[in-house]
Amino acid sequence: MMTLFGDPEIWLPVAFAAMMGLSILVYVCLDGFDLGVGLLFPFAEGDEKDRMVASIGPFWDANETWLVLAIGILLVAFPAAHGTILTALYLPVAVMLVGLILRGVAFEFRAKVAPERKARWNHAFHAGSLMTSLSQGYMLGMYVMGLQITWFTLAFSLLTAMFLTVAYSFIGATWLILKTDGALQRKAVGWSRGGIWGVVLGMGAISLATPLVSPRIFEKWFSVPEIFLLMPLPLMAGGLIVLLWLLLRQMPKSDDRLAWAPFTVTTILFALGFFGMAYSFYPYVVPETLTIYEAASAPESLVIIFAGTLFVLPMIAGYSVLSYVIFRGKATELRYD
Amino acid sequence: MDTLLLSRIQFGANISFHILFPTITIALGWVLLYFKLRFNRSGDRKWMRAYGFWVKIFALSFALGVVSGITMSFQFGTNWPGFMEIAGNVAGPLLAYEIMTAFFLEAVFLGIMLFGVSRVPGWLHTLATFLVAFGTTMSAFWILVLSSWMHTPAGFELRDGVVHATNWLEIIFSPSMHYRLAHMLLASGLTVAFLLAGISAYRWLRNDRGTDVRAAMVTGLSLGALLIPVQIFVGDLHGLNTLEHQPAKVAAMEGNWETGGNVPLLLFAVPDEAARTNHFEIAIPHGASLILTHSLDGEVPGLNDFVTEKGEVLHPPVAPVFYAFRVMVGTGLAMLLVSWVGVGMMLWRRRGVEALPRPMLWAMVPFGFSGWVATLAGWYTTEIGRQPWLVTNVMTTAEAVADVPPAMVASTLAVYLAIYVLLLVAYISVIFHLARKAGETGAAKPDAGVMRPGMGARLPAE
Repeated sequence: MMTLFGDPEIWLPVAFAAMMGLSILVYVCLDGFDLGVGLLFPFAEGDEKDRMVASIGPFWDANETWLVLAIGILLVAFPAAHGTILTALYLPVAVMLVGLILRGVAFEFRAKVAPERKARWNHAFHAGSLMTSLSQGYMLGMYVMGLQITWFTLAFSLLTAMFLTVAYSFIGATWLILKTDGALQRKAVGWSRGGIWGVVLGMGAISLATPLVSPRIFEKWFSVPEIFLLMPLPLMAGGLIVLLWLLLRQMPKSDDRLAWAPFTVTTILFALGFFGMAYSFYPYVVPETLTIYEAASAPESLVIIFAGTLFVLPMIAGYSVLSYVIFRGKATELRYD
Repeated sequence: MDTLLLSRIQFGANISFHILFPTITIALGWVLLYFKLRFNRSGDRKWMRAYGFWVKIFALSFALGVVSGITMSFQFGTNWPGFMEIAGNVAGPLLAYEIMTAFFLEAVFLGIMLFGVSRVPGWLHTLATFLVAFGTTMSAFWILVLSSWMHTPAGFELRDGVVHATNWLEIIFSPSMHYRLAHMLLASGLTVAFLLAGISAYRWLRNDRGTDVRAAMVTGLSLGALLIPVQIFVGDLHGLNTLEHQPAKVAAMEGNWETGGNVPLLLFAVPDEAARTNHFEIAIPHGASLILTHSLDGEVPGLNDFVTEKGEVLHPPVAPVFYAFRVMVGTGLAMLLVSWVGVGMMLWRRRGVEALPRPMLWAMVPFGFSGWVATLAGWYTTEIGRQPWLVTNVMTTAEAVADVPPAMVASTLAVYLAIYVLLLVAYISVIFHLARKAGETGAAKPDAGVMRPGMGARLPAE
């Protein structure tokens, strides 16, 4: 099996980098929407909060597992990079973990404590979502900047922290358009209309800064013929943003038609941005320092995981889809029955 | 304090906090499946009411387990990068299989198990309950495979100081794996058994005496009484296995300094590592030799064998291992007493739960958390007992630690500790709050009744 696709020292790292990329993308879209719902919490009234939580209730745990898978692949497939990246990001990782702890448990506690304590856990849910989003955005910025801390990279990372937070709120709002109706849905449309400008600014800022910071990436983007192959990416992204804007202007439709569209289009937009980044950084796993080939584990260990993955990943995809099918439609009150 | 010690305290705090919750969810998943199957068979709705109450505690415990587990997966990288760099070729695939075969399974079907009763057919809900229980157990399997391999590594070779896998079967079924897995699964079963009994006793004392409370209490006490002798037997086997593979740990557990025969069993002592002796010994003559070798004059390893001529100490710190072991065994024996007395009283003239006097019920409430004490003490015994090694005879804990400033580790440690204390208080008080609330709402409902299977009692998530 190992030599089936050629040299295992080449194809295995590529396969695992692709899997890790896929996990991160799935994570950003899925946990993105439930983090976003948490970010939007302060803008909603009491009963609306319950419905917002109900819209993510059956999903959030599995969504977060994609982060564990992504970090797990980094850990098992690129152990050297795992150590380098995570020690460099020690503090933001700690902030993110505290955030994830707070929101994960607040989700349960707010439904189970005495009513007078519920507000406290609502705050924890929002604060946890905010800490998670901000720190992930900060880490994204630091990663783009090659994990070097200077005043410039710090400023840039603070910008990406805000951008990712806005982006998560945005995809969260589009999720609520899909999963709610009535006044809350109208509110969600309003939130989306505001959020889209943040998304445009953020994606623009990262796209501008990335090639300017790295001559290597500049070369990868603007030399011929690469530039012609890459052109469709920003063009499509621009088209999708216009489409989103047009969609949101006429939402919500009377018969709830197209309620799924903003979320779907946003997901595609996130995917485009992600492919742009993946293209820019390949073959590096630690920017400018360590390639996926240098950082990879021994082939005989990777192939053991790869074999299992071929079998298990389709199953995971299958029952994840099953769960979204079972809990399709508008969110209803969360009940254990 | 230096980065190594701070990082160890931090990881120790995280893993201690974490294990409290999987210890509950692993066995509680199977207990919920049992309740569900009893309901499917009998249609007696008390089983569904027991399910409805305990599934809330399951959901809460599960959430705490997930978030504290995520913390650990990151801390491998932030605090212990050396571990994956040296042992990653073995540890990596095992962790990957845990994520792929357990985490997603639990997470997805938990959603269906919690919120899906009215949306999916009854059989699918039962299947989801099964898959969640199966997932938690798979997770325990993989993590104990890794832990056991770190204690008793096998099936690998070192090339340029890096571990390379040579035989996956030997890695998975490393010499201590069977004992460790059985010991932990039983610990989980016992923790849940006593939690069921303890919380049910609390409800009973508050005059919340429905058939569901009775069923949970009988299930808990019987399960506890049944499992505890098995656990003592398995624990003994595990000890013998440790004697064979990690003699230094056994020497610390017994507080035995010099190798020799006729070693007494120390019931109590104050080990003094500086003077390399014990103070205030209370001992049973020949006890340790008898337990470990099944003969009165059998040889028991001594700690002084694990100090090199240069004075390098290759045995674990003695006092924590020595005390933790006694706390574990002591708690276990107390659990034996409580569960057997409880079951004995219930069987006496077949009077059931009514036979339990109030003092007995009051004793059962704090014993609801005795499984936690024993489990933590057991883990401290085995994990501190592995020191100074991270992977026995392959790499030390000091080799794995990250080069981050101590202040950074100390500050994050302080935050984690504060959060863990807060969450632990919240968790325990919510369990008791749920128990009180179940009594208030339950009193209004008819006590028993027969329903068609698949028609769950309506229970809101709150």
